[in-house]
Amino acid sequence: MSYAKALRCRECGREYPHAPMSICEACFRPLEVIYDYDAIARVISRERIARGPLTMWRYRDLLPVESEDVIDIDTGFTPLIKADNLGRGLGLEKLYVKNDTLNPTFSFKDRVVSVAITKAREFGFETAACASTGNLACSVAAYAAKAGMEAYVFIPADLEQGKIVGAAIYGPKLIAVDGVYDEISLLCRELVERYKWAFVNINIRAYYSEGAKTLGYEVAEQLGWRAPEHVIVPVASGSLHSKVWKGLNEFASLGLIGPVKTRVHAAQPSGCSPVVNAFESGTMEVLPVRPNTICKSLAIGNPAEGYYALKTLKESRGVAIGVSDEELVDGMKLLAETEGIFAETTGGVVIAALRKLVASGVIKRDETTVAYITGCGLKTQEAVMDKLPPRLNIQPSIGSFEQALRESSLQKG
Amino acid sequence: MAKRRVMFTFPQELITQPIIYNLGLQFKVITNIRRADVAEDRGWVVLELEGAQEDIDKGIAWVSETGVRVDPIGGDVIEG
Repeated sequence: MSYAKALRCRECGREYPHAPMSICEACFRPLEVIYDYDAIARVISRERIARGPLTMWRYRDLLPVESEDVIDIDTGFTPLIKADNLGRGLGLEKLYVKNDTLNPTFSFKDRVVSVAITKAREFGFETAACASTGNLACSVAAYAAKAGMEAYVFIPADLEQGKIVGAAIYGPKLIAVDGVYDEISLLCRELVERYKWAFVNINIRAYYSEGAKTLGYEVAEQLGWRAPEHVIVPVASGSLHSKVWKGLNEFASLGLIGPVKTRVHAAQPSGCSPVVNAFESGTMEVLPVRPNTICKSLAIGNPAEGYYALKTLKESRGVAIGVSDEELVDGMKLLAETEGIFAETTGGVVIAALRKLVASGVIKRDETTVAYITGCGLKTQEAVMDKLPPRLNIQPSIGSFEQALRESSLQKG
Repeated sequence: MAKRRVMFTFPQELITQPIIYNLGLQFKVITNIRRADVAEDRGWVVLELEGAQEDIDKGIAWVSETGVRVDPIGGDVIEG
C-alpha cells in the first residue's frame, strides 16, 4: 500500500489523481506527490525503519509506490564516512562524506530511477526511456533490465564511447542523436507525446524525484537520528537539493528527529551555474545559461527545479557556490588523496565548494557537515588524466627500480 | 492539431517587439499565454502553441532567429 495521496501543483495547488504527468495543466508548473502524513505518523517509527532492508526502501512509507516487490538492486543505504583526514586539512572536526558512488550503477541516480521504474511498471508501462550523457543512462538501462522492461536511452552522437559502455552493457536500445542538446530535448518531449513510454525524468518526474529524499533520510539516521548543521549538495536540475531538505523536514514533522536547522548549500560549476547566478543576484528567477564546463553531470543550463533550489537556499539559510573547472579537479584529487574516494567531477565541485564555505567562515570548525558525493570517478577519468603524478617506468631489476626512485626524488626536490 | 509548451525569454532589445502577435499572424499558430513577467530590461513568457506541426516548427524557428531564447517547459531533458 502507499500513503501517497495524489499529485499537486507546487504553486497553484491544483490536485490530480496519480498519473504519468509532471506539469500542471493550468499553470505549467511542476507537480509534486502529496502524502497522508497523519496516516504515516501512526505507523512510522525509528524501530520500524531499522527493521527494514539495508537499502533506500527501508523508507518506503515515505515513497510513492504501491508495489510490494519494488524494482531494486540493493539501492542506497550507502556509507556515511567520518572524513577525518579531509576534515583535518580543512579545519573541520565533524566532517562526513555521504559516499553515494557505492550504488549499483555507481551514482545517486539509482535512487530516483528505482522509484521511477517501480512506478512506471505500476502504471503499466513496458518501456522506460531517458536522455542522458552518463549516470542516468546507466541507471535506467540497469533498472529496466531488472524489471524486464525495454529501455530506450538517447545520447548525443558525439558522446565518448567510454561513457556509454556503462549503459550499453545492460542491453538497452541506445540511440545516438546527431544534434545539439536543445534538439535532443525537443525530440524527447515529442516522443513522450507519441509513444507510451515512461520517460523517467519527463512524464514520471514527479515520482522519480521523490527517490532523492532518501539521501536526506539516510544521513539523519546514520548520524544517530539527527540532522547535520550543514550539507553541501551538487545542483543540476535542482531536484536533489530541494528533496534533501524535504526529506529532513519530513523526518522532523513525523517526530523521527528534532527540529531541522540544517543549512543546505548548493554547489555548481561556474561554467554552468544558473542557480548560483540567481542567488548572487538576489533574485528568485533562474535565467537559462549555455553550459561550458567539464562537469557534464551538472551541465543543465535550464534547470527544471532551479526555483525550488533557490527556495530551499532561502528557507535553510544556505549559500550557493560556484567553482571553476580547475578548482573542481583539485577537489576530486583532494577527496581521493585524503579519504580514498574517487568521485566524478560532480564530487569535485562539492569538495571545492566545501573549501570555499569553510574559508569564508560559513561553516565553523565544530559544526557537523555532510558533503554529498553522488557519482564515481571512473566515469569521468578524462577530467584528471593529465593531473596525475607521473609514473615510473623501469626494467625488471632492483637497479633500475632504485635509479628511478632516485631520479623521482631528485625531480621532486 | 499539435500543441507545444514553451518559454520565451526576451533580451532587452526585443522587449518592445510584438513577437508573439507576429508568431500568431505569420504562422497561423494559436498562442495561449499562461504566465509571464516582463520588465523594462528583460522578460519571459510561458505559453502553449497550437497549430499544424509544421507551422509550430517554423514559428519557433522564426522566434529563435529574432534573438528570443526558446526553452521547453519543464527544464532540460538531458541529464548527466
